[in-house]
Amino acid sequence: MANYIPTTPAELQEMLGAIGVKTVDDLFAEIPPELRLQGELNIPAGMSEPEMIRKVTRLAQTNETVDNNVCFLGGGAYDHIIPSVIDHLLLRGDFFTAYTPYQPEVSQGTLQCIYEFQSLISGLTGMDQANASMYEGATATVEAINMATAQTRRNRVLVLQTVNPEYRRVMSSLNTPLGVELISVPFEDGAVDPAKIQEALNDQVAAVVMQYPNFLGGIEDIEKISEMTHNAGALSIVVANPIALGLLETPGKLGADIVAGEGQPLGIPLSYGGPYVGFLAAKKALLRRMPGRIVGRTTDIDGKAGYVLTLQAREQHIRREKASSNICSNQALMALNTTIYMSLMGREGIKEVALQCFQKAHYLKRELAKVEGVSFPFTGSFFHELVVKIPNARKVIGKMAKQGVFAGIPLDNWFSNLKDCVLVAVTEKRTKDEIDHYCNLLGGFING
Amino acid sequence: MAEPLIFDLSKDGCRGFTLPALDVPEVDPADHIPARFLRQELPLPSLSELDVVRHFTRLSRLNHSVDIGFYPLGSCTMKYNPRVNENMARLAGFANLHPQQPDETVQGALQMLKTLEESLAEITGMDAMTLQPAAGAQGELTGLLIMLAYHRKKGNHKTKVMIPDSGHGTNPASCAMVGYEVVNIKSDARGGVDIEDLKSKLGPDIAGLMITNPNTLGLFDENIGELAHLIHSVDGLVYYDGANLNAIMGWTRPGDMGFDIVHLNLHKTFSTPHGGGGPGAGPVGVKKHLEPFLPNPRIQHDGKKYHLQTKCRESVGPVLASVGNFLVLVRAYAYILVNGREGLKNVSAYAVLNANYMMQRLKKTFDLPYDRFCKHEFVLSGKGLAKYGVKTLDVAKRLLDFGFHAPTIYFPMIVEESMMIEPTETESKGTLDCFIEAMEMIAREAAEKPENLKNAPTKTPVRRLDEATAARKPDINYFQKPE
Ligand SMILES: Cc1ncc(COP(=O)(O)O)c(C=O)c1O
Repeated sequence: MANYIPTTPAELQEMLGAIGVKTVDDLFAEIPPELRLQGELNIPAGMSEPEMIRKVTRLAQTNETVDNNVCFLGGGAYDHIIPSVIDHLLLRGDFFTAYTPYQPEVSQGTLQCIYEFQSLISGLTGMDQANASMYEGATATVEAINMATAQTRRNRVLVLQTVNPEYRRVMSSLNTPLGVELISVPFEDGAVDPAKIQEALNDQVAAVVMQYPNFLGGIEDIEKISEMTHNAGALSIVVANPIALGLLETPGKLGADIVAGEGQPLGIPLSYGGPYVGFLAAKKALLRRMPGRIVGRTTDIDGKAGYVLTLQAREQHIRREKASSNICSNQALMALNTTIYMSLMGREGIKEVALQCFQKAHYLKRELAKVEGVSFPFTGSFFHELVVKIPNARKVIGKMAKQGVFAGIPLDNWFSNLKDCVLVAVTEKRTKDEIDHYCNLLGGFING
Repeated sequence: MAEPLIFDLSKDGCRGFTLPALDVPEVDPADHIPARFLRQELPLPSLSELDVVRHFTRLSRLNHSVDIGFYPLGSCTMKYNPRVNENMARLAGFANLHPQQPDETVQGALQMLKTLEESLAEITGMDAMTLQPAAGAQGELTGLLIMLAYHRKKGNHKTKVMIPDSGHGTNPASCAMVGYEVVNIKSDARGGVDIEDLKSKLGPDIAGLMITNPNTLGLFDENIGELAHLIHSVDGLVYYDGANLNAIMGWTRPGDMGFDIVHLNLHKTFSTPHGGGGPGAGPVGVKKHLEPFLPNPRIQHDGKKYHLQTKCRESVGPVLASVGNFLVLVRAYAYILVNGREGLKNVSAYAVLNANYMMQRLKKTFDLPYDRFCKHEFVLSGKGLAKYGVKTLDVAKRLLDFGFHAPTIYFPMIVEESMMIEPTETESKGTLDCFIEAMEMIAREAAEKPENLKNAPTKTPVRRLDEATAARKPDINYFQKPE
């Protein structure tokens, strides 16, 4: 009913006259009659804006949110504090109603933001360069694998079992059709023993994919693994949590060739899974293997600094089937979201977010250790996420949910050997009271 | 003056945000994490909140956008982005849901997704949809995985996919990502698929045909029924690149034309913002016989509740680690509710009206290689200006001086010096007239003062940029100056 069409009936007639037809139907005349839709689409009639708002708002209100519950869920998406400024800037029409900066002279805003994003991601990960964004973490990892197989001309990829199992499923959908063989390397004490990787490495291996911190919260020895990987002539791919990099050494310094990851922790709302933003950073030698848009700094004919899409000879619109990837639209606005977040939080802010996550997660662990029945299957270092073993875990976390606490993710979803184990994430957003409440509630349900 | 980089605005000691004070007892990270894994330096800037607001506000003002003016970028459907949809995407009940929340706690979200699937299936004439793919290109990849799975199940040995020479670059690039070889099919004199060429290349190794209809020339291919029949005769599948759906909603449906697989670009047809390059969404629809291959999770309703179903034996598997670009889907859902069945039909009616109106007027000044009614867009050629030493690129740059975004240029590749113009339904006749007059004036200038075009743009924040040096000595990271 509401519509966004500005043409008046008089203008319609004028325009039809200029075209030389009587009705709009005449413009569709070449569609063969048997292909034309008979009657109307079977969807409801249009609504006014207020009617739509009422309907959509009611639907939204039926959901339980992380605002009216307390969220200890992680597994790749984290409930961090998001400064209000970000959304105000994202709502500037000049940003969100533009498209890919094909005409650089009138797209300097978007282009400079992307250049800043690339630089921030490079700095955060300790890599030489980053691209303008990927769809999200899993597909960024898929593209990292594509880069490695193309670079090494090998097609076996070792994937640590501690890499996000949802990412591993996406890899198996998207990497295997091209003949990539994904080999899973199992973990022991919450992390993979480098010796196990050494056993599986040989001259057919293109890459080793590891996660930092890993899916179970632990810290793999990515330095040692990268070194072994290089000795076998393969590339080291690290899937990193960008917030953890406020505290942890960069994958770049520890030997990664490619760093992929999910940018959601950098100020993007949880959004039931998207839109988020994937990031992809690499060593210089891999520049021409990078997928997607890359922005470069240059000068205009007056010598003024400016930015352009560059190295486009890698891309689908030029190279078609020989392109490094098929990606066209990316997640530019979400990359901007993270760019604003990193700028606002800044050096000290990101460090502090990371440190608070670390402190609060470790506090939770100390408090949980006092709860009878709770145990910790793994002993290694962790950042802000850990595995907790709880008797009758599924039942207990179901009861916790009824009390407004999303207590964790049951790991037997993916790991049959982790029955009754729950993945618990603690961000800087959780308060001491919330953590204490969690432990009390859990103790009550286990022992009550 | 150029806006400095965020790094050059940094001032030690500045903070743009204050966290609540840490309220738990502290431990020393060095006691818990080996020292070699602890970071020494963090090369991020430090700014105040107002510094950050000003920096990004100033940058935003250097962009052209739909909100500022006409954006006739062909194939991209740069229509108005209704503001209310931004509010809907920011409702706490949608924006603040964790993807791992139990299904019982997100029933409204799942219901929204299921309803959107059903609406899109009806609009395209398909039987089942997935909303997971993040963009058009990912929809293509998903569709091709489905094609692969179908042929594998039937024991068909297929290695090639046909794509018309007018096809978008993502089509062949997506084929390469699943290992299909691309067979290029010529276009005929009317701009449609050259059926004879297609027949001569048709054989048992053809897995399918990927086409856009209306195609990237903005022309409806009337032979689509026969094309589909030919492809089906070798047990191939017909794939619809839905980038151009804005031309036909409520008038005809890909499903009724014989297509087996469809992707849509919600950031085009369904008004979700382009975001400076994304995020979009690229849902994929299929006919009944291909439904088992759709990516998981699928959204199911058991009569009482909605569930995310991941145990789908024949599925090609997930293509994203979530249900999709969820908040983009919320916006598209709101758009469909507001427009409704008659509204969507009108969208296409006015998109096609606007394009034909512009085409009729502009063909008096510029070469129109295919002179027949177009759908939602049309392609002109700038080759007539060559005699003045002027190229399509110069016309595009001069348009920027008039306050317009340029059309898509040099695509499709089958038209020399091409300019692909897509007005969309949300532009008024007044705006179209202004653009047409600017194009006419530019054509006159090309003859009389070609330097105005060669030097253009002069009124933009920067002038023509040195792309050759940018590619030769890439400066793509503030921390690594080029050698
Ligand atoms: C005809 C056509 N097909 C496919 C695509 C790819 O869509 P996306 O950019 O959403 O990946 C485009 C995008 O411009 C297009 O115009």
